[in-house]
Amino acid sequence: MQKDNDSGGPSMHGGLTGRLRRRRGSNEVPSEVDKANGSHLLVDDRNKYKSMLIRIYSSVWMIGGFAFIIYMGHLYIWAMVVVIQIFMARELFNLLRRSHEDRRLPGFRLLNWHFFFTAMLFVYGRILNQRLANTVTSDKFLHKLVTGFIKYHMVTCYFLYIAGFMWFILTLKKKMYKYQFGQYAWTHMILIVVFTQSSFTVANIFEGIFWFLLPASLIVINDIAAYFFGFFLGRTPLIKISPKKTWEGFIGASFATIVSAFVLANILGRFQWLTCPRKDLSTGWLHCDPGPLFKPYYFTVPQWFPQWFPWREISVLPVQWHALALGLFSSIIAPFGGFFASGFKRAFKIKDFGDSIPGHGGITDRMDCQMVMGVFAFIYHQSFIVSQSVSIEAIMDQILMNLTFEEQRALFMKLEQIIQERQFGES
Amino acid sequence: MDRDVSDLVVSSGLKTDCEIESMSDDEWSSEEDLMQQLEEDITTWLDYCRVAECIVCEHLGRTHCESPTPPEVFDFGFISFFLATARISPLPRSLTRGGIMQKDNDSGGPSTTSGLTGRLRRRRGSNEVPSEVVKANGSHLLVDDTKKYKSMLIRIYSSVWMIGGFAFVIYMGHLYIWAMVVVIQIFMARELFNLLRRAHEDSRLPGFRLLNWHFFFTAMLFVYGRILNQRLANTVTSDKFLHKLVIGFIKYHMVTCYFLYIAGFMWFILTLKKKMYKYQFGQYAWTHMILIVVFTQSSFTVANIFEGIFWFLLPASLIVINDIAAYFFGFFLGRTPLIKISPKKTWEGFIGASFATVVSAFVLANILGRFQWLTCPRKDLSTGWLRCDPGPLFKPDYFNVPQWVPLWFPWREISVLPVQWHALALGLFSSIIAPFGGFFASGFKRAFKFKDFGDSIPGHGGITDRMDCQMVMAVFAYIYHQSFVVPQSLSIEAIMDQILMNLTFEEQRALFMKLEQIIQERHFVES
Repeated sequence: MQKDNDSGGPSMHGGLTGRLRRRRGSNEVPSEVDKANGSHLLVDDRNKYKSMLIRIYSSVWMIGGFAFIIYMGHLYIWAMVVVIQIFMARELFNLLRRSHEDRRLPGFRLLNWHFFFTAMLFVYGRILNQRLANTVTSDKFLHKLVTGFIKYHMVTCYFLYIAGFMWFILTLKKKMYKYQFGQYAWTHMILIVVFTQSSFTVANIFEGIFWFLLPASLIVINDIAAYFFGFFLGRTPLIKISPKKTWEGFIGASFATIVSAFVLANILGRFQWLTCPRKDLSTGWLHCDPGPLFKPYYFTVPQWFPQWFPWREISVLPVQWHALALGLFSSIIAPFGGFFASGFKRAFKIKDFGDSIPGHGGITDRMDCQMVMGVFAFIYHQSFIVSQSVSIEAIMDQILMNLTFEEQRALFMKLEQIIQERQFGES
Repeated sequence: MDRDVSDLVVSSGLKTDCEIESMSDDEWSSEEDLMQQLEEDITTWLDYCRVAECIVCEHLGRTHCESPTPPEVFDFGFISFFLATARISPLPRSLTRGGIMQKDNDSGGPSTTSGLTGRLRRRRGSNEVPSEVVKANGSHLLVDDTKKYKSMLIRIYSSVWMIGGFAFVIYMGHLYIWAMVVVIQIFMARELFNLLRRAHEDSRLPGFRLLNWHFFFTAMLFVYGRILNQRLANTVTSDKFLHKLVIGFIKYHMVTCYFLYIAGFMWFILTLKKKMYKYQFGQYAWTHMILIVVFTQSSFTVANIFEGIFWFLLPASLIVINDIAAYFFGFFLGRTPLIKISPKKTWEGFIGASFATVVSAFVLANILGRFQWLTCPRKDLSTGWLRCDPGPLFKPDYFNVPQWVPLWFPWREISVLPVQWHALALGLFSSIIAPFGGFFASGFKRAFKFKDFGDSIPGHGGITDRMDCQMVMAVFAYIYHQSFVVPQSLSIEAIMDQILMNLTFEEQRALFMKLEQIIQERHFVES
């Protein structure tokens, strides 16, 4: 007989896999709950109002905490990202662990955290090394220490990784090889997924909180809009992997997201706190020239607009057109991150990644679309907004990492001379 | 009373290719081990039945038995006859004494985990060595292997061909070495993609293999685009239109690769099929792991090549020398096994090879460092001859031979290139840490129960078998080069050259302004 569980769909292939299931984990929902609700769509779900209240309650808390941290600043946002990472990694590490095999391998879980620490050192060292150097310019000794760390950063991380690699090989145990290799691969995949998106997120934060806040908000808006459109209007199922999603929710949310991207970019772009890049690791107030993207230009409302419309002149920031692109991506492609996570849960027969957040599941359940969006936001920013070529970056890196301050000044003088000669030559 | 199934099959006179995977025999030490053993034995018994079912399929002329078993194939009459004649006891081993005989294969050491995986092996692939060979050779160590001279000849023959081909490609130049790396990558990826594929599931998923190659192509575009974009721009300076095209490609390179990846990601999600989710996700993860492993090391290798063939040739040669030295030291002297995963490796081989590798690193760096073809970096993608100022690392400094060296020593003055000291570090790493790449590959093969990654190279196995230590070494060579060699050889003049050659005037001005800003910030704080 086929056994349905709450994620829907048949859960066993025919035939035996040769391995007995020991006990039902707390993650697996007993089949009676599913039989009480006749169908899968949210519109027909009778328990939906109760679950909606729980979701709203935890959503309010999450959004409130998030707004508070944005107010506190770049360093605190970075700390929040790190904390989210640690929880996500812990959820995912525990997911495919089998306690029976794990008991025979003492110290194996420590290896996971060793690789986690190495990845954190590598990723944040790369992104923040320049800003770290700018923070400690006051103290000579500390500056030398930091410069030395930056110079040998890659070697340090590499040797930490090699130490973990050798430790893994030396602790391979007969009859556990397959499990250990599986866990090793699983650890690498988790760390890659978690750290790629968080490194891009943090890089965006220090370019200006706007480039972190806008994509994240768009995902939240898309989620909430899809939920409510599906709640009230949803009839046609969207994709087999996520049976609760509907076409009505998808299209309604796309529309809502694009409109709110346009409006939200205008609102957010007026605050210098959000638009200025942070050049070091301080936490004070920021003042800067925001750049041409955030300077509004005005155009008068066209004639055919009705009289009750209060504004005769609309101010548009150039960044709002970029926000349209971000809105489009977040409504059409970012949901695939959610489908991926759903398919993954269905493949390994788990209901949620964890249970930290009531009504929503684990942290990974909330972050699945954010991850896809974070990477896109960084790549979009690097390619279309920052008009800088790869060569300049590479040469700047070389100059800052390899030359002492006096050498940098000497180089600067030489360059100045050459450029002035060229200018005189051309004029 | 238990019997080895294959013995039963042989004694019953049936001709079949069906066989059961062998098991180990060790006692259980606690109740939960006993429970696990019971579980395994039940699956063992089920596998007995499946072997029988497989034999039945064969005899009914079917070459492909589906699992689950279609009921009409299972001819009870034949099975009961077979069971009766073969006297298979269905009792679980945990309730009886004795055990099933261990089957050794040629990779040495017990090769299986306890219990069965429930998968039948249809026929013995060319990968698996029949057990009679091992029974003829008493032990596992190479010193005692009587067939070793024959295998040594095969290995030497293919080694000579590989080294010869490699030397030819080095002579041809940077672009050809890059092409060789790409070809090796493609073969390695193909071996590894095929490794954990299951033909049964794959036949239900058309176009799934194409997805692997899509990700491969995206990774190649990304990795080589990043490394070679500057050199590509330097190559097409002659033609205005082509130059604009190349600059545009470099600018939007990251976005292009990202969207190619996202397209593959969406394609994967849209082709998820019910009941195949676990297999598809497993394959997706496996594809990513392969591409990461293959492309990380090859991207670092190619980056090193264009910095100077020396920085590619020296590490690669050290690994080859370490391998060959370990083989011969083990051949003649090996007695003490080194590590359980690779039972053929010995401590004598390891230590002897370390010594030989470090010495030859020192000597080889001296020899190789004299050729400008090997030490000059390549700034564009041309294939002509190279001339450059090799830099302070390759200028020999001379010192007199100390007094205590005997008179027959022909040279009174030794020239040492500063790079030789770096070569010592490379030699040390390649002899002590790089073999762990080989252990990793051995453990992996043991975990998933195959003898080699492929069979492209006679006597050595597949390409991945040869490249496993090279991969670890290539990454280290790149990181070492970037951290310790480049800062030494980088000077203001070198950077000025780069600025003047690689950047347009507007870019130079932009760089100038950025530098001005940074220097002013620092200056204000320090004053």
